[in-house]
Amino acid sequence: MAYTEDVPMVRPVVLDEVRQTHMPRRPLVLNNRDFHWITEKVCRIVEEKTPNWWWVCFLVAGFVASFTGAGLLYLVSTGVGVWGLRGPVYWGWAIVNFVFWIGIGHAGTLISAILCLLKQKWRTSINRTAEAMTIFAVMCAGIFPLFHVGRIWFAWWLFPLPNSQSIWPNFRSPLEWDVFAVSTYFTVSLLFWYMGMVPDLATLRDRAKKTWRKYFYGFLAVGWRGSCRHWANYEMAYLLLAGLSTPLVLSVHTIVSFDFAVANLPGWHTTIFPPYFVAGAIFSGFGMVLTLILPLRAVYGLHDLITQYHIDCMCKITLATGSMVGYGYAMEFFISWYGANPYEGFAFINRAFGPYWWAYLIMITCNVISPQLFWSRWIRENTALVWIISIFVNIGMWFERFVIIVTSLANDYMPANWDYFTPTVVDIFTFVGTFGFFSFLFLLFIRFLPLMAMAEIKHVIPQADPHMHHEGPSHGDHHEPERLT
Amino acid sequence: MSKTFGLIATFGNTHKLYQAAEEICDAGFKHWDVYSPFPVHGLEGAMGLKRSKVPVFTLVGGVIGFISGMLMAWYMGEFDFPLVVGGKPLFSPIFPFPVAYEMTILLASFGTFFGMFITNRLPRHHHPVMDFNKWPGITDDQFLILLEAKDDKFDLEETRQFLESLHSLEVVELKE
Repeated sequence: MAYTEDVPMVRPVVLDEVRQTHMPRRPLVLNNRDFHWITEKVCRIVEEKTPNWWWVCFLVAGFVASFTGAGLLYLVSTGVGVWGLRGPVYWGWAIVNFVFWIGIGHAGTLISAILCLLKQKWRTSINRTAEAMTIFAVMCAGIFPLFHVGRIWFAWWLFPLPNSQSIWPNFRSPLEWDVFAVSTYFTVSLLFWYMGMVPDLATLRDRAKKTWRKYFYGFLAVGWRGSCRHWANYEMAYLLLAGLSTPLVLSVHTIVSFDFAVANLPGWHTTIFPPYFVAGAIFSGFGMVLTLILPLRAVYGLHDLITQYHIDCMCKITLATGSMVGYGYAMEFFISWYGANPYEGFAFINRAFGPYWWAYLIMITCNVISPQLFWSRWIRENTALVWIISIFVNIGMWFERFVIIVTSLANDYMPANWDYFTPTVVDIFTFVGTFGFFSFLFLLFIRFLPLMAMAEIKHVIPQADPHMHHEGPSHGDHHEPERLT
Repeated sequence: MSKTFGLIATFGNTHKLYQAAEEICDAGFKHWDVYSPFPVHGLEGAMGLKRSKVPVFTLVGGVIGFISGMLMAWYMGEFDFPLVVGGKPLFSPIFPFPVAYEMTILLASFGTFFGMFITNRLPRHHHPVMDFNKWPGITDDQFLILLEAKDDKFDLEETRQFLESLHSLEVVELKE
C-alpha cells in the first residue's frame, strides 16, 4: 500500500479544514415580504378603482389600434397592392412586421419555459407578463401573413381542410411549415399561460366581493382549491409544458428562418439563419419585456418584486443574445466572402453600402453597439437608460428584418428588375396600429388578470421552504415565529 | 347538513405543515389532503403520493401528434391528390418533418393540459372544504390539512386529539 501512503507527500494539504462559506443568494423579493403582502400587492392592481392613466392609455391604444383596422379594411376592399408590395419586393413590410412581432414573442417563452427548466427562480416575477406579451405579439404577427395572402376569405386554404378543388396544402413548402409552427406556438403559449394562471385566478376568486367578479374569476379558476394532490399534477404538467415549449420556441423561429433560407436568393440562402434568427428573436423579445416591465414597475411600485437583480439578469441576457446577433452579422459577411460566390458577395456589400446603407447602419447601431452598454453596471442600474436601450433594441430588430428582406429582394440576380422599395401610407399606418392593438390587449390584461404569478413568487421566497424555517432569512426573522405560530 | 365531512387543522407555516403531513402519512390515513396557496417543496413526498400520471397523457398526445402529422402529409400528398411540385417526391419522411414535429408538440401539450385537469378531476363547481369559514385564506397565506370522515381510521375525538398534537393552530369540524 505504498501508493496511498505516498499521496500526502505528492499532494500536501493546503487547508487544515474545509469551511463552508456563507454566500447568500440575492433575494428575489426584497424587504422580507410575506405571503399576504404578495397577494395584496398583486391583487390590488386588479381590484382597485380603474386609474385615470389606464383610461387615457386605453383610449389612445384603442385609437391607434383603429389604424390597423382601417388599413386592413382598405386593403381587403381594394387589393394587396395598397401595401406597396410590387416587383421585386413582394414581401415588403408585411413580412418584416410578421417576423418582428413573432420574434418579440420568443422572450416570453424563453422566460416561462427555458428558464424554468434551468431553475432560474428570478423568472417568477416576470413570466406572467412576458407570456402575455408573447400571446399578444403572436396575435399582431398573425395579422400580416393572413392579410398578405390578398384574398383573406381564402386564408383557410392555408390549413389542410377539404375544399371544393380537392387540392391540399403543399407540405414541401416552408411557408406551410410556418402555418403549423405559428399556430402551434400560439395555442401552446395560450395553454401554458392559462394553466399557470389558474391558482392565481383562484386567489382572485376567493377575494372577490362583486358578483361579476365571483362569476368571472370563479369560471376561469375552474374550482382550483390548492390541494397538494392537485399541485403534484400541476407541477408535473408545468414542467412538461416547459419541456415541450422549449423545442417549440426554438423550432418556431427556425421555421420562420426557413421561409428565407430555403429560397435560393443571395443573402437568404445561408445555414446560419436558424440559430441567428432564434438569438435575434430572444434579443428583441427581451428588449420588449424591458420596455413593458420597467414602466409597470414604476407605476405600480413593484420594486420589491421586480428587483435590480431581475433587471440585471434581463440586461445580461439582452447583452448575450445581442452579441450572438452581432456574431451572426459578422459571420454572414465572412461566409459570403469565404464562399466566393459573387452573387452572395454582392448581396452583402449591397446590404452595407448599397441604397439601404442607412437601414443597415441603424441595425448595427441598435443591435450590436447599444446592448454592449449593458457591460456597465452603472447603466444596468440606471432604469431610465435601460429603458431607452430596450427601445433601441426594438427599433434595431425591426430594421434587421427590413434589411434582410428588402435588400435581398430589391437587388436580386437580374439588375433589370431592381427597384428601390418604399412603403405606402397604408403600410405605415397598419404597422403603427399593431402597437396600439398590442397595448390595447396588454392594458386589458393588466386590468383584469393577475399581473404576476403570485403562487410562483410565494414558492421562491425563504418562508416557503419547509426545511429552512429555523434558520430563516437573515433579517426580520425575530418577529416571524410569533406571527406564524 | 349535520353529517361530518372531516376535520380541518390549520397551520401557520410550511415547516409545521410538512411535519404534520409526514405524521399523518405515517399514521396510515388514506382520505386526506393538504391545501396550500403554492406548491410546498417536497410535500407530495411527505404525503406519500405516487408519481403524477400526467406524463402518460403527454406521451399519448405526442405519439398521436407525430403519427397524424406524417399520415396527413402522406394521405394528402401521395394518396388522395398526387401532385408533383418542383420535381420532389410525393411523400418522404423528411419534408413533412417540421409539420409532424409541430403536431407532436401541439397534441402533447393538449394531452398535458387536459391531463392535468383530468387527473385533478377539475373543473369542479364546489368542494366541501370551501365551506370552511377561513377558506379565502387558503389561496392567500394559510395552510390546512383536511382528514375526511370516510377514512377507516377516522374517529371524531381520537383524530381531533391527533391533529391537535401536530402543532396545529386550530382544529375544526367540517360539516357536509
